[in-house]
Amino acid sequence: MDPTIIAILVQDGVVNGAIYALLALSLVLVFAVTRVIFIPQGEFVAYGALTYAALDAGQMPGSVWLLCGLGAAACAASLRAEWRRLSPRRLARLLAGTLALPAAVLLATRELAPLQPGVLVQALLALLIVTPMAPYLYRVAFRPLAQASVLVLLIAAVGVHLAMGGLGLVFFGPEGSRATGFSEDSLELGPLIVPGQSLWIVGLTVALMLGLYGFFEFTLYGKALRATAVNRLGARLVGIGTAQSGEIAFSLAGVIGALSGILIVPLTTVYYDTGFIIGLKGFTAAIIGGMASYPGAALAALGVGVLESFSSFWASAFKEVIVFTAIIPVLLWRSLRGGVVEDEE
Amino acid sequence: MTWRALWPLAALLLCLGLPWLPGLPSFWVTLGNYIGISSIVAIGLVVLTGVGGITSFGQASFLGFGAYTTAILTVQTGMSPWLTLPAALAVSAVAALLIGAITLRLSGHYLAVGTLAWSVSLYYTFANLDLFGRNDGISGIPPLSLEGLRLIDGRMYFSVIWIGVLLAALATANLLDSRAGRAIRALRGGAQAAASFGVNTPRARTLAFVHAAVLAAFAGWLYAHMQRSVNPTPFGLNAGIEYLLMAVVGGAAHIPGALLGAGLVTVVNNLLQDLLPKLIGTQGNFETIVFGAILVLTLQASPEGIWPHIARVRPRPHRVRPDAAPLAARVMPPRGAPLLSVRGLNRTFGGLVAVNDLCFTLTAGEIAGLIGPNGAGKTTTFNLLTGVDQPGGGSVEFLGHSLVGLRAPAIARLGIARSFQHVRLVPSMSVIENVVIGAHLRGRAGPLRGVLRLDRAEEAQLYAEAARQLVRVGLAAQADRPATSLALGQQRVVEIARALCLDPVLLLLDEPAAGLRHNEKAELAALLRRLRGEGVTILLVEHDMDFVMNLADRLVVMDFGTMLAEGTPETVRRDPAVIEAYLGSVA
Amino acid sequence: MTPVLELEDVSVAYGGIPAATGVSLRVAAGSIVTVIGPNGAGKSTLLNAVMGVLPAEGRIRFGGRDLRGDGVEARVQAGMSLVPERRELFASMSVEDNLRLGAFRHRAEGRAAATRGLDAIFAAFPRLLERRRQRAGTLSGGERQMLAMARALMARPALLMLDEPSLGLAPLIVRDIFHAITELRRTGVAILLVEQNARAALEVSDHGYVLETGRITLQGPSAELASDPRIVELYLGHGTR
Repeated sequence: MDPTIIAILVQDGVVNGAIYALLALSLVLVFAVTRVIFIPQGEFVAYGALTYAALDAGQMPGSVWLLCGLGAAACAASLRAEWRRLSPRRLARLLAGTLALPAAVLLATRELAPLQPGVLVQALLALLIVTPMAPYLYRVAFRPLAQASVLVLLIAAVGVHLAMGGLGLVFFGPEGSRATGFSEDSLELGPLIVPGQSLWIVGLTVALMLGLYGFFEFTLYGKALRATAVNRLGARLVGIGTAQSGEIAFSLAGVIGALSGILIVPLTTVYYDTGFIIGLKGFTAAIIGGMASYPGAALAALGVGVLESFSSFWASAFKEVIVFTAIIPVLLWRSLRGGVVEDEE
Repeated sequence: MTWRALWPLAALLLCLGLPWLPGLPSFWVTLGNYIGISSIVAIGLVVLTGVGGITSFGQASFLGFGAYTTAILTVQTGMSPWLTLPAALAVSAVAALLIGAITLRLSGHYLAVGTLAWSVSLYYTFANLDLFGRNDGISGIPPLSLEGLRLIDGRMYFSVIWIGVLLAALATANLLDSRAGRAIRALRGGAQAAASFGVNTPRARTLAFVHAAVLAAFAGWLYAHMQRSVNPTPFGLNAGIEYLLMAVVGGAAHIPGALLGAGLVTVVNNLLQDLLPKLIGTQGNFETIVFGAILVLTLQASPEGIWPHIARVRPRPHRVRPDAAPLAARVMPPRGAPLLSVRGLNRTFGGLVAVNDLCFTLTAGEIAGLIGPNGAGKTTTFNLLTGVDQPGGGSVEFLGHSLVGLRAPAIARLGIARSFQHVRLVPSMSVIENVVIGAHLRGRAGPLRGVLRLDRAEEAQLYAEAARQLVRVGLAAQADRPATSLALGQQRVVEIARALCLDPVLLLLDEPAAGLRHNEKAELAALLRRLRGEGVTILLVEHDMDFVMNLADRLVVMDFGTMLAEGTPETVRRDPAVIEAYLGSVA
Repeated sequence: MTPVLELEDVSVAYGGIPAATGVSLRVAAGSIVTVIGPNGAGKSTLLNAVMGVLPAEGRIRFGGRDLRGDGVEARVQAGMSLVPERRELFASMSVEDNLRLGAFRHRAEGRAAATRGLDAIFAAFPRLLERRRQRAGTLSGGERQMLAMARALMARPALLMLDEPSLGLAPLIVRDIFHAITELRRTGVAILLVEQNARAALEVSDHGYVLETGRITLQGPSAELASDPRIVELYLGHGTR
């Protein structure tokens, strides 16, 4: 194996690893704050990619309708949960957040989509369409289960994954899509040609991670999320609402998922069900990182990306087998070191 | 003969006759075949998830092990399908042991996500190895045949499948009603409580996992000879999720729930596959949308599934045979002999000293009270004595054995039994079933004897013992009620009966009188005195001072993790240090 | 004048056991009221129910308003603060972050206001100023209790509830904690104090209630209760039967 190939494989691995790292971070975040293992993360990747691709082709993305439907469902779920203590102000906020927002996005998309307003506007619009679905899902599916065990939440997450996958097929169809990248240029580094899109991916990943770091480290809401993750009761006792924290965490997961999709769709054809395997690799990284540590998960994600690109070179048919089996030595190590299983809830 | 003995026979006749009902469309027979195969997998999940509390998304992989084993053996070596059945089950069992050894030690959600990962990984293995025929799979699998009769017709195969369902249900019901099955059921009351009565909890988890895997492989074997070809798709993650859906929707803790779930999901699946594409206008797997929504709504509305709403699920009465031979009893040490000696015991939690250089002794046949203000380290001491937690230093000697380093089951074996401050009974079991867990170490039947019903004599002995203990504590009338339907005070007494089933030398009781009414307290005190009379030594933590002062022969007072005072209740009451500890000092 | 807190016939069950039955008590504005009683009498359960952590039956009024249906967050927003028995600090976060989060209720006032509040707290608890960058999980037991109290005070509550502030602390530190409680009296905050350390609690409070197996069995001005012989009996049992 010559050094050029190694360099290319490493480059590939780092680019994929960056995406896995983003997903791993958001999985860790959602788990820490809400105890939900967010299996539908992958659907957000696919939705982001396919929404962006539709806009790129000058079409109206079907996901806008899903956004409106989920908004209405979230509105109904919130009304059911809170109708006793709904002040006029809160009601107005609720209606604006769940009904007016999707309507506005719908109108904007209808105006803008045929114009093909350029990659940045399209990317922003795709984010606006896909991101709010995450907090809506939280309200509809997970908030009513807030007291349930991690396991029940996990099974519910798998249910949401199933439904979102099917809806993806309805709204995007079985065909795959690709889209224009953020940059057509490339950078020559000796024998290595680095596509501009790869630089965008790595650059945006780093920027997003720094942004998240700043959010958690320096803003009150970021600290409130951390506080919820560290000590749920303590957070409630200082007045941090667990439902509110959950919504913020899900929103972040939505942004991260959709953005990941927008970033990869210029590089690879994305189908409605592509996201699941990508999300699962983010997962592998999050588990290797221990579901608790952000840097650990990010580092593990890079490892997963590189392992994947090398195994697709050596034994491309077994690339998934190798990647998912990589989890086993880690689990083994954990179980040997960790000792006894604690009580089931 | 009672209905209980007759129903398998009736079911058998139904299996044989139902498909030949005149006018029954063959479409329904085929559907029935699929329901039967799914039911077998779902019955496995009853043991694993519903009873054992272990969630697996990967059961379809075990189906694959069974199907591929028989496919490869029959196609390549021409073996008879009947001979490949043991091989299919064995391959799956070995795979389950290996996968279980790696993943079962993880706690709940890690384990579930682990099953996701290895399920995906196995799917791609099936789809990419020549041995498994890659994505095309293996075709030309011979059908099952009986005396030269090839079971190709769906109606004939219906009988095969549903006799299989019957066997799976019987084996599972037998397992759950045996000593080994009780160990699995006890996991639901907390692994800690189960371990305190000698249950090897990792082994119980592995047993549940292997049982579910073997049933799934059996279903896979049936599937392979029905389809006569296999490919990787039905063994992928989505199929695994669907089996879990069946169990959860039907009612994961009940065998009929598994059948119900399998039936509902299969039928609805079929309807949706016809209906949805027409509604939406294109082809696709749209039924997943509805399934996903059903799964989430079921969890929100009724996490225990549909079955408990249909049938009033309650533990069935247990007929006790009082003539069963009594179990061997332990020889109690002579009254007054040194029993337990604790020296320099230490335990810190991250800088917080919970137990600090604690020393005390117990002599056989006494009732000792361990008292002290909140946070003095009493419960921690109990956990150290019973192997739930390990001390940082010090020694504990019990009848010449050092207890330091021993795990809970080993300590239980030596004759130390306990009750818990927060009651830990298995909610789905009746009072007597909970109590009989205490006698776990006094039986020896393994899972196979249980499944084959060869353990009845021993079970009768264990239940007779449990019934005796219930009489002893005065709860005989409640034996068949669900444990959690009792008042909390009575549940504490059930815990005492369970502890007595171990035939203990030393009984550790953590706040036995909490939540009891006045007359119940008096009865409990009388019971404990009686036990003392029979040679049992008792150490109790108690907050009700009236209760403990009147009952105990001797008190050990703890404060800040150390022994503050020791002596008869009268001397302790007058001890200025004790008064100070309880009332506090002036700021 | 309406009391800050008024409980009327409140009952709470914890894990199926009735932990408190028919409890009625009042906390007047600016006063310190203590609930004492032996281990397991239901004192902590009662506080948790008042805070909304556990469900309760009966009427709980705060500033004259019935709290029925309000969650913990809403009660914090209304001006109640609980320092729980287990402190519930954010162990992996700095002392300063713990305190700033204590003022989450006043997040609309902005960072500058929070910083002013922080300075006031540091003036009252100079020890915490020294440790401001340290992680809460690395503090000693007494410092943790200080931080838990300070975090609750950052919310500028109308009612501060303290659950066993002396639990597990060495006597010298207990003295500091009770000193801090008397100092608080000057800020005008009403305090509901639950304590096992009966002597110290009665020393600092105006009025006392004795909770015994879930019921109020004695009440009165703290000075009177302190000299009541029944208190000793209560803690160590009657021993006669």
